Amino acid sequence: MLTNVKPGSPAAAVGAEADSLLEQAILTTRLDAVVAWARKNSLWPMPLGTACCAIEMMAVAGPRYDLARFGAERLSFSPRQADMMIVAGTVTKKMAPALRMIYDQMPDPKWVIAMGACASTGGMFHTYSTVQGVDQIVPVDVYISGCPPRPEALLYGFMLIQEKIRTGKVKSPQTVAGE
Amino acid sequence: MIVVNREQPFWHRFYLTSVLGGLFITAKHILRRRFTLRYPEKRFTPPDGYRGIPALVKDQNGREKCVACYLCQFVCPPRAITIKAAEMPGNPVEKFPEEFEINMLRCIYCGYCEEVCPEQAIFLVHDYEFAGGSRKELIFAKEKLYQLGGVRPDPIMKWAHK
Repeated sequence: MLTNVKPGSPAAAVGAEADSLLEQAILTTRLDAVVAWARKNSLWPMPLGTACCAIEMMAVAGPRYDLARFGAERLSFSPRQADMMIVAGTVTKKMAPALRMIYDQMPDPKWVIAMGACASTGGMFHTYSTVQGVDQIVPVDVYISGCPPRPEALLYGFMLIQEKIRTGKVKSPQTVAGE
Repeated sequence: MIVVNREQPFWHRFYLTSVLGGLFITAKHILRRRFTLRYPEKRFTPPDGYRGIPALVKDQNGREKCVACYLCQFVCPPRAITIKAAEMPGNPVEKFPEEFEINMLRCIYCGYCEEVCPEQAIFLVHDYEFAGGSRKELIFAKEKLYQLGGVRPDPIMKWAHK
């Protein structure tokens, strides 16, 4: 009855009962998982690099810390062909409308990484001209700490996005905090 | 007019041989040692002076070294550190931090807090991978900072004689 169930998987054990409603439910879940797997392994990021973090992002795209190993083979500078936006660098109030326009031009589903201190919270520049975190303009999925974050830290944030695509939640770094 | 005679090899005159020449250069790179650092399986070892994340330390007796003098909060350029001091009565070290929060998304990893601390209580350790799904997740409270910093043995123990 079920042709795309791996033998030995939990779905195979449950599917053997031949309940038609349950069959449909299992099929939906497996399709969801396959679609999520395809999406997370072929994320094409749009690097919106404005400042120093862009240099580390270029390093991640280079051969030593290879982003292409994670599926992000094509860093497209056209938002219309991108899955995910990496905001790397300080965003000023002059740049903010352009940032929003680029985000709006991306097709759904889309994710945003705020890389570094300036993109996440305004960082060192608590001034009149800097946007204090791009989450005031676009919804952000993962914030990466660092000034600039090491390329491995950006890869870690990228893996958190992949985890979010797979499960729907971001795994938090076990913070023992008041909140 | 200066005419420069650039000698090209004979095989550059033909299309296919030029293409094969380029492919030969690519093939040489395939046979070379791989340059990629295969994160997350292989990690980079930071050098000694590497400025990673700031963390609080305890001394070898398990005492918190920080005395909540507010120097790091004062010197921090992005104002990432927030401290609330509290008293420890009956102790030669009178103050300790009741709350000590560092907003890691504001921190610029400059090392000024480590440089200014008179108690050698805060150090920039070699960890650098911190990312989360919300701003709140990356505001590290005191417990997390002590967990990151661990114990650093103090050879001087200046409060022991007071």
